[in-house]
Amino acid sequence: MTATLTRYFPLLLLAAAWEGLTRAGLVPASALPPLDKVASAWYGLAAGGDLWTNGVSSMTRGAAGLALAIVFGSLIGVLMAWYRPIHVVVNPIVQFFYPMPKSALIPVMVLWLGFGDASKIVLIFVGAMLPVTLSAFNGARGTDQVLIWSARSMGASRFRVLWEVVVPSALPELLSGIRTALALSFVLLVASELIVARSGFGYMIGWLGDGGAYDAMFAVVLTVAFLGFVADRLYLMLMAHILAWRE
Amino acid sequence: MTAETPILAPAPAGIRLDRLAAAWGQRAVSALPLIVLVLAWEELARSHILSAFLLPAPSVVLDRVWEDAVSGDLALNLGMTLYRAMAGFAIAAVAGVALGIVMARNAAVRWFFDPIVSVAFPMPKIAFLPIFMLWLGLYDVSKISMVVFNAIFPVITATIAAAEGVDQYFLWSARSLGASERQLLREIVLPAALPQVLTGLQVALPISLIVEIVTEMLMGGTGLGGAMIGASRFADSPGVFAGIVEIAIAGLALVKGIAVIRRHLLVWHQEAEDPTTV
Repeated sequence: MTATLTRYFPLLLLAAAWEGLTRAGLVPASALPPLDKVASAWYGLAAGGDLWTNGVSSMTRGAAGLALAIVFGSLIGVLMAWYRPIHVVVNPIVQFFYPMPKSALIPVMVLWLGFGDASKIVLIFVGAMLPVTLSAFNGARGTDQVLIWSARSMGASRFRVLWEVVVPSALPELLSGIRTALALSFVLLVASELIVARSGFGYMIGWLGDGGAYDAMFAVVLTVAFLGFVADRLYLMLMAHILAWRE
Repeated sequence: MTAETPILAPAPAGIRLDRLAAAWGQRAVSALPLIVLVLAWEELARSHILSAFLLPAPSVVLDRVWEDAVSGDLALNLGMTLYRAMAGFAIAAVAGVALGIVMARNAAVRWFFDPIVSVAFPMPKIAFLPIFMLWLGLYDVSKISMVVFNAIFPVITATIAAAEGVDQYFLWSARSLGASERQLLREIVLPAALPQVLTGLQVALPISLIVEIVTEMLMGGTGLGGAMIGASRFADSPGVFAGIVEIAIAGLALVKGIAVIRRHLLVWHQEAEDPTTV
């Protein structure tokens, strides 16, 4: 507890500096609302239910897109490593689209799917799928050939080898690919909601900022940033738990 | 004849045409799925199953790219986007490497910045965009600052890890031979850290371009992102798709470019290949 406090003490210092500077009037409140105003604005939004409804709609979109990306990405990646023909066909497409900034797809998703949930879910799905695919492919490709031969020689079917040898040995790399995808899906979610949406955190930030309610805008921005951070930390804990069998 | 060939045969002079042909053959095979994809798209668009509004044919889209190129719009928008993305990337690279090295070597600096970096690294920093707009306005300064803010963290974390991973024996040897701290930094720490630092830069470069494009989409103005969002507002779907093609090519060129630079800088190192996990 004390160790955590010492470690994160600089953040408290920053918060204190924020409060001090704005209280002393050194920074205009229109540029940086005092921290206590931000906190009370956060409380107002939370009590009014706005934060909750928009948060639920953002998190549902993010979770749906990411879940699809994980399922299809790891499936395609493992199959790419396992079947040569799939690799030949899919790999050039993956390699071509991987470096492409996925946010470029935001306007197309709007053209195709409108302003609602579907455009965000598909955007996150498409954007987050490629890192998952590549990491599953790299992980599965790196499977120790001796392990595959041993399992085969002991009579395991091809499918069993895939499930019990290839997938577990691809897991460490796959899980770190999913971590990238998690971070990316937050970015795509917030970006697409800032640009076009009728609900969600990004929409709230835009709408509060346009209305000049800067203390509330800061409250939502900090909430999203905090959620992204917490999601990453929880995921790291989950990853350590799943990979506990490794030395 | 072949049995008598010495093991260390001198490399044949000139270019091996058969190898060149094999390399090009492999390239042709890997381009095939992409070509098929484009042809299928053209067919689908021409068959009018989907309206031309939802899916303009690739020929129409390429026409638009060509038009943009001829009229000079493409050069202007691409130039503005790349200028801001690269300016932000360069600042993030220099400041990130400097801060990373200082953090690895100075405990007080480390203590102050470590929690900030570890909290900010996984955050969706794009959410801070409206705050940057509020503080710095709608023009280059706020866009470049936003790029720096997003791209700097991977550089810092990669540099810290790299500078800490420098082999202690090299440092001890150099010190015992009388190297000054400056020489130590220039001759040992920076070269030894280079592979991992470059990996950090390879992560930061696409982030710079992505953030620049999102920023333009939100703030409007010149640039590929601004042009795309403008086209989307006017329901000009060839314009939107042309934007995607232009952005995809720019992204591919940047990523391939930095990979080439990496190979040149790291010819002496076994990690000259691109990192597999980005």
